[in-house]
Amino acid sequence: MPEDDMIVRNDLVREFSSLLPIDAIIADRETQKPYECDGLSAYCEMPLLVVLPDTIEQVEKIVAICYEKQVPVVARGAGTSLCAGAMPHSQGVLLGLAKFNKILEIDADARTARVQPGVTNLAISEAVRDLSLYYAPDPSSQIACTIGGNVAENSGGVHCLKYGLTVHNILEVKMITAQGEFLTIGSQALDTPGLDLLALMTGSEGLLGIIVEITVKLLPTPENSRVVMAGFENVSQAGDAVRDIIAGGIIPAGLEMMDHLAITATENFAHAGYPTQSHALLLCELDGTSNEVEAYITRIENIFKKQNATTIKVSQNETERALFWKGRKSAFPAIGRLSPDYYCMDGTIPRSKISQVLSKISSLAQRHGLRVANVFHAGDGNLHPLILYDAGVPGELERTEQLGGEILELCVEAGGCITGEHGVGIEKIRQMPAQFSDEEIKQFMNIKDAFDPAGILNPGKGIPTLKQCQEYRALGHDHGHEAHAHD
Amino acid sequence: MTDISAQLLAQVMDARSQKMPLKIIGGNSKAGMLARKVTGTPLNMAAHQGIVSYDPTELVLTVRAGTTLDEIEAVLEEQGQMLPFEPPHLGDGATIGGTLACNLSGPVRPYTGSIRDMALGVLLINGRAQHLRFGGEVIKNVAGYDVTRLQAGALGSLGVLTEVSLKLLPRTQQSMTLTFELPQNEAIKKITALTNSAQAVSGAAWSEGVLYMRLSGTSQGVEATHKLWGGETLASDSSFWSDLREQRLTFFSGDEPLWRFSIKPTAPALLDPNDMLVDWGGAQRWLRGDHELADLEKLAIKASGHVTMFKGGDRQKELRPALSNTHKKIHKRLKQAFDPDNILNPGSLYGWM
Repeated sequence: MPEDDMIVRNDLVREFSSLLPIDAIIADRETQKPYECDGLSAYCEMPLLVVLPDTIEQVEKIVAICYEKQVPVVARGAGTSLCAGAMPHSQGVLLGLAKFNKILEIDADARTARVQPGVTNLAISEAVRDLSLYYAPDPSSQIACTIGGNVAENSGGVHCLKYGLTVHNILEVKMITAQGEFLTIGSQALDTPGLDLLALMTGSEGLLGIIVEITVKLLPTPENSRVVMAGFENVSQAGDAVRDIIAGGIIPAGLEMMDHLAITATENFAHAGYPTQSHALLLCELDGTSNEVEAYITRIENIFKKQNATTIKVSQNETERALFWKGRKSAFPAIGRLSPDYYCMDGTIPRSKISQVLSKISSLAQRHGLRVANVFHAGDGNLHPLILYDAGVPGELERTEQLGGEILELCVEAGGCITGEHGVGIEKIRQMPAQFSDEEIKQFMNIKDAFDPAGILNPGKGIPTLKQCQEYRALGHDHGHEAHAHD
Repeated sequence: MTDISAQLLAQVMDARSQKMPLKIIGGNSKAGMLARKVTGTPLNMAAHQGIVSYDPTELVLTVRAGTTLDEIEAVLEEQGQMLPFEPPHLGDGATIGGTLACNLSGPVRPYTGSIRDMALGVLLINGRAQHLRFGGEVIKNVAGYDVTRLQAGALGSLGVLTEVSLKLLPRTQQSMTLTFELPQNEAIKKITALTNSAQAVSGAAWSEGVLYMRLSGTSQGVEATHKLWGGETLASDSSFWSDLREQRLTFFSGDEPLWRFSIKPTAPALLDPNDMLVDWGGAQRWLRGDHELADLEKLAIKASGHVTMFKGGDRQKELRPALSNTHKKIHKRLKQAFDPDNILNPGSLYGWM
């Protein structure tokens, strides 16, 4: 550690010691090690200091001190981010919010829960299960990821098509501004006077404020949920089936697709009964009242038959439904067993472009000599291509990042975006200019300045500098942005 | 079907160089409601209309901001689809840009969401006369800040909306309205109890001693819920919901100021129940009459919400509750971030921004 940084660190330790118990300040390298990265371990950095406050007042004071000294602050929940959004800053404080793990209030009548940011996503649904309620967004990491992180990333999951993203399922957030001030945004009602700061804060990746409390909406548990699983000989048949479902006026609770490599990997891992000979698999969940679900299932089965599905199975009970989902939800670790390392992408495209984009991804992968498994939220066009690689082979990580970048640009070209739910963080910051012009990036910076004039919150993430944009464009990467050229 | 964005950009550029405020006008259907009085050179959006792209299998629509709700609704109906937020028109010529700027949604709002929820992307001209695109045409998009949804309810103070992309839904197969004669507080409790089960509710309102529960879904689902809940059925040609949405019920007639409470839905009656109308399952409540904002604000705070003077009254005064100093500071800085010369609908939301 450079001597200047050491002086700052020691100074901060002294100041924080009057606020926090000594075991809530982690200054030694060894104990800091688990915080060096998030779910995207290709990007690591050691912070100056880790702090683990457990009251809102402590967070207020920590941020105020950092503001005064112009020290970067990076907030962290469970560290499950897949975009290095929670990677520490080498000259900054890592603000761990894991101790904020309490569900403060459940209002069964209003169907809301007031929770601390460190509560895990799944814990909310578990706490209200006896009331026949649940919290709808369900990212695959829901057992570990925190609700604070979900708000920061606007997380999705497999049920977004019908129930929306985090932004649609929260009412109110209490936050600490970059200057250490307490602010409530949103409300217990369905809207607020003034500007919709809650929308702006959701998905802002820790760049606009530190979230210290959230009121989420809860939904009544559907009377019945069933999954129809179908295997197809090729991806375009499955893609056409997805189109026919939506065109038929059906909004499934979840509509997921996997390609051949993903099907075989997950079946070997989860033994969910997936048809391993199929080249595309669809999981279509229907929920509602029992007779509604029955009516929909018949229609879905007919659509699958019309697209020549080779196998069709309908879950007969809750155990079987959970089993069908188990394969999908364990897709990342299952595919991870095929290769020493894997890299998960997150582009979103219009549904009609699914088979076209998948075949382009496969030819790009061949050109780079890499394998790609595809798991994705077909209902909302959110792709998760998983690039398999071996970091131990010199040059392979670089080739993987190259391929990943090309896949994101492909998504933008197809009329989509570079990230559907994982966020930009550090990982996709290079590709931001593919989606946005310099003027649009500058508008983002002006928003950042409005919240964080000193630029201390999660600096270097989410929004690229104009210099980074110029470098990107100088490499001849501007085709994506041309695709939506302005008048 | 014209694109006048070049002309709009030139007008904003001109206004900027002269530091002269602009008053953004769509169909002028919301004159005298929602916003404070704005003084400025009119920037007419009505000619900037037309559908830019619509593929029914994507459930996404992109339109120029001056396109009327009438036109959009007709086009969607042909394809068996709808705007999921049941937008109130509140006058002839209402446009989609104005509806987003006002964040207006109808009785279905608590159940399928608001226009803010369905907004996927916008093209806007900021106060620097730059034409910028945010969001897009896909349901999931977390690149950059959510500037799209920030426009909902901003009343044109952050940008001139020129194009809007929205998520759509298929039209529901069947709707049915059940009515129950109940006093207001009983009705609010009944709404809570009924909507706590997973039945397909698409509206819950109370007016003059009657609770109206609207169900939408498959015919099987709606019939089953009717059997379970009982209640009288409202004639299928009744205009209750459209009259409620368009403020045509007798409650809304006359010139007295109209106040809108947006509160926690379970809050008990705020004032004499006979003076109020309940919509949005209890989350939106209307009041007629001459009142002081500060007095009503106390009631709203007690019900965990806020109140605004929606229509009528003196619209040069503040119409919305005062914000905390921190809120005010961030609002001012955000206005500055989008419109440094304060030329876009100045004072529409608050006199100080």
